[in-house]
Amino acid sequence: MTDPELVILDPTDERVPVRRALAARPSALEGTVGLLDISKPRGDVLIERLEERLRERVPGLAIVRYRKPTFTRPAPQDLRRQIAEECGFVIEALAD
Amino acid sequence: MSVPSFSLRDSEGEDRTFPGERPALLCFVHRDCPTCLLSLPVIEAAHVGFGSRMDVWVIAQDQDGGAKLREEHTLSVPVLDDSELEISFASEIETVPTVIEFGPGGEENRRFVGFSATDWKRLFSDAAAATQLEAEEPDWSTFPELRPGCGSRSVEPGIVERLQARSEGSPLRARRIEVGSSVDPFEFMFEQGLCDGLPVVPPTPERVLRMLEGSRRDPQEVIAEVAPNYAPLTVEKVAINAVMAGCRPEYLPVVLAGVEAICAPEFNLHGVLATTFFATPVLLVNGPVRQRIGMNSGINCLGQGNRANSTIGRAVQLIVRNVGGGRPGGVDRATLGQPGKLSMCFAEHEERSNWEPFHVERGFAAEASTVTAYAGGAPTGFMDQRARDARTLATSYGLSLAAVSHPKQYSLGEILVVVPPEHVDTFARDGWTKAQVREQIQSASERPVRELARDPQCAEGLPEAVVRRLGADRCIPKFRSADDIALVVAGGEAGKFGAYFQGWIGSGGSAMTTREIGE
Repeated sequence: MTDPELVILDPTDERVPVRRALAARPSALEGTVGLLDISKPRGDVLIERLEERLRERVPGLAIVRYRKPTFTRPAPQDLRRQIAEECGFVIEALAD
Repeated sequence: MSVPSFSLRDSEGEDRTFPGERPALLCFVHRDCPTCLLSLPVIEAAHVGFGSRMDVWVIAQDQDGGAKLREEHTLSVPVLDDSELEISFASEIETVPTVIEFGPGGEENRRFVGFSATDWKRLFSDAAAATQLEAEEPDWSTFPELRPGCGSRSVEPGIVERLQARSEGSPLRARRIEVGSSVDPFEFMFEQGLCDGLPVVPPTPERVLRMLEGSRRDPQEVIAEVAPNYAPLTVEKVAINAVMAGCRPEYLPVVLAGVEAICAPEFNLHGVLATTFFATPVLLVNGPVRQRIGMNSGINCLGQGNRANSTIGRAVQLIVRNVGGGRPGGVDRATLGQPGKLSMCFAEHEERSNWEPFHVERGFAAEASTVTAYAGGAPTGFMDQRARDARTLATSYGLSLAAVSHPKQYSLGEILVVVPPEHVDTFARDGWTKAQVREQIQSASERPVRELARDPQCAEGLPEAVVRRLGADRCIPKFRSADDIALVVAGGEAGKFGAYFQGWIGSGGSAMTTREIGE
């Protein structure tokens, strides 16, 4: 910029957010689907229904249930890693 | 133009010191520059040919210290790490590659930039004469005659100012932003998304330096990682945001302790920010610092008008926004929010309290100064103008608190209650301790399960199964534990009005966190 009148210092973290490419989307619903309950009240109601519908519509699909210890914090890293290792898909249910 | 003496680590972990006793050839490069990559085989050939009698070094400006360069190109030439760019800056390197040749006494004989076959050929023949070595020259026919270089990373915008400040001994490292003379700096800061909805003071280097004088801490000390982005927070960044908020330098230690408190894991700032509920950091200051910086613990202390109260809380919120990246509509998902999200900071009126100060209750020395962070909603007022004894007054507290969140929502977690001087006097007259007040609050607010059950008129409340399990006559306390009721004294002399800041969720949410204020 020419003719600067005023210099100010950047109050932000100056970090450029990391952009990650999305994982390749599978072309078909097969293998293992993880159902993650975030531990909000009645999340289990939604998860139950989802599992029921998935079993009806895609027989043969493996379904594994997971649960966050609390909805107030991000899922622990170990849980995230476990889901990534064990599942091709994950559905996270939010409820109240 | 000269190259300062330096010691840099090469990719083998060995420290290389310049000047040494041998002639030297320093080649400044970075991996993103095609001309640098083009020059690498020539540099390698020079090292293979003359390396036994001459220090031929690549000085890499890449952030990885040149690790990738070595990985991707088969190199035996030492690759030195100048990722900090200090040597590039001090050597006034403007273009890469820059090739500098030195005699055995450290005198600079030759310097050229970009790729120049003529210069390289001359360099090879001079070096052969000087070292008495027969070097195998590259096949020059495969190289262009001339290829311009790229900009050195040490002169990129933002970096050059930082390096300049460092070399001049300035404590400032933050990126400098030039605001053109035709631009209104206040409007500029709004446009950049740096404000909380109100104008901020432009954080000029002069103001930030003055602010930093308020603390003895190293401006580059990382004091916390701020959610939701978990960005490292330096004292300098705190000072910049404190300037913007309108703080005076003597407030800086309070802001620092406040940020440390909200960034403690048990405070769970990430959750406090992300919730749709009302919670936000409510900051309570105790100890001698209150008088020293002129905080208000008296008339209208939860309101406007006192610079320290208003700007300390604001600085902490600006840090969450600017450094942590927590903004409304982004990670901040509050349904309604509340005005305390601009700033909520007040001091305890310790001198007007009949009880020990809040920080002493929490295990700190009376002469220590502290900030306590609590995830609270907006203050809600309640009144009792008739009680003349401690029990009936505490009963009114309990009845008022029974409505927190919802009259049928029970077993809550922390609550912060502000007791005004007139109520303090009533409790003091009967010699009531805080524990007695808490117990009376619990007993006045407890309700039998039957009253807390869901019914056709109200869907909130205990479900039938729970009612059956607990029994309809069992009494449930409003707060899980009497210890969750924090009593703090503040307010003006006149008025029998107290206030509470409703808490967030019970366990697993946020825990009140106190940090001592340093210097």
